[in-house]
Amino acid sequence: MSALTISGLRKSFGGLHVTRDVNLNVEPGERRLIIGPNGAGKTTLFNLITGDLSPDSGSIRLLGKDITGVPSRKRAHLGMARTYQIITLFARNTILHNVSLALLGLSPLRWNPLIDMKRQGHIVEDARAALKQVGLDRIAERPLSQTSYGERRRVEIAMALAQKPKVLLLDEPFAGLSIDERRDVHQCLMAIPRDVTMVMIEHNMDVALEFAERITLLHFGEVIVEGTRSDVVNDPRTREVYLGH
Amino acid sequence: MNARIISIAIAIVLLATLPLWMSGIYYVNVASQVLIYAVFALGLNILAGYGGLVSLGHAGLFGISCYATGYLLQLGFGHTFAIVAALIIGVAGMALFAVLSLRSSGIGFIMITLALGQILWGLAYRWISLTGGDNGINVKGRPAPFGYSLADPTHFYFASLIVFLIAIAIVAIFARSPLGSALMGTRDQPRRMNALGYHVLAIRFWACLFSGLLTALSGILFVYYTQFISPQTLSLTSSAEVLLMVISGGAGTLLGPVVGAALVVVVKTVVSGFIERWNFLLGAIFVAIVILMPEGLVPGSARLWRALTVRLARKRPATEAKP
Repeated sequence: MSALTISGLRKSFGGLHVTRDVNLNVEPGERRLIIGPNGAGKTTLFNLITGDLSPDSGSIRLLGKDITGVPSRKRAHLGMARTYQIITLFARNTILHNVSLALLGLSPLRWNPLIDMKRQGHIVEDARAALKQVGLDRIAERPLSQTSYGERRRVEIAMALAQKPKVLLLDEPFAGLSIDERRDVHQCLMAIPRDVTMVMIEHNMDVALEFAERITLLHFGEVIVEGTRSDVVNDPRTREVYLGH
Repeated sequence: MNARIISIAIAIVLLATLPLWMSGIYYVNVASQVLIYAVFALGLNILAGYGGLVSLGHAGLFGISCYATGYLLQLGFGHTFAIVAALIIGVAGMALFAVLSLRSSGIGFIMITLALGQILWGLAYRWISLTGGDNGINVKGRPAPFGYSLADPTHFYFASLIVFLIAIAIVAIFARSPLGSALMGTRDQPRRMNALGYHVLAIRFWACLFSGLLTALSGILFVYYTQFISPQTLSLTSSAEVLLMVISGGAGTLLGPVVGAALVVVVKTVVSGFIERWNFLLGAIFVAIVILMPEGLVPGSARLWRALTVRLARKRPATEAKP
């Protein structure tokens, strides 16, 4: 059974076909990289997978279960987590609070209006554990407004990891990072255990190629090339479309 | 933490002994009004502050519970029945409001609540068989729970104080609970909250009901306080006034709405006795707040206080170093 199966997925905005008949199959534990020039429809594909957008036709299966019509919030409960290309965090709160919110999202406690959130031992412990995975446990109490851009990228990953997803979708996790920060994030990602399937969109080829086992190349909403790392890199169509020469 | 408990204790003692040190029934009545509006503003703050859903129709909801109380008493029902029924009707009214207005957020939400508030105001004016139209409804007598007659202004003040303390306590508990945090999360990043597994719409709906409960509670206190209800109470001006209380005091803070309610009520009642153009004064105060502390009086003062203490702490070693 595949971790993620997409078949015949289509989406258009007016006359603009952003996703044209995309088929994708990601095996459990796989590290998949999705590349493509600007406007290739990569983030749209992610938004379709997470349910932020609904497709015009086609189907999406998560771990064998058809989730095409399942609302976004329920997909989180089924084991899907994502990070955002544009950092989407709770800027008024601490790092710990951000990760705690991620944990509560999947807990029945989220409906409780009476208990003190900070005193829920297991939530706080799990949040700290997730922060340790990305190396931010020492500054857990720091307000998000006082963190660097690179740290915020790692908070995004910690929030996704805290939910113990089966499929993790990373939308340009290296965007805008310095070389040092990129290395930190790269280490976090490499340390994620194999029971998490990962799909990543990335522009930064140096780091991303090292990460990927299989690569899918999107162009104008279509899958142009798909295969192992060396297959795709050496394919003349990749050079033409993506590397531009 | 201890300093916090001590300041809360001092505040409660001061409020509980207010009729002793505040000379004159007039001022005790003003204090009751402050407390009633504080509960109202706390209710609106749940939506406007914690939820980021600015409602311009809350005076209509406030009015529903006022009219429900007045009308049921007029029909000859007892106080207990009228109060419980008015609470239920108030919350049900809010539920209907929520179903219609939660389709959108931001400006859309403001416009829908504004329209709904105006409809209720119009009904209060024109549905004369129910509301008495322009003449309103007179409420004869206040209840006497456990034989403690609230007809006496001081007694009524204590009743308002108890309701206020309960209201602020439950809002404080809510604000740090998971559901409260989730509500603030839907204000800051609704899309992210959805992706994290939260039901954004349901969270907002519950917040509306909670807000409606506090609004209904304050409406019932209000109608017993004035012993009269007319369409004026439901006007857009009233909705805007309570929203200004929330914003001027500090939206999304616990004490902000209380301070805002005190400011508006005191200027409206006490200061207006000395200055004919009190409206002008209130406007000037709001402008000053917006310029000096756009986040509201409570967080703004806290910020200025921190800046001041930091500056003093910096100055001290410098002056000591001088010969």
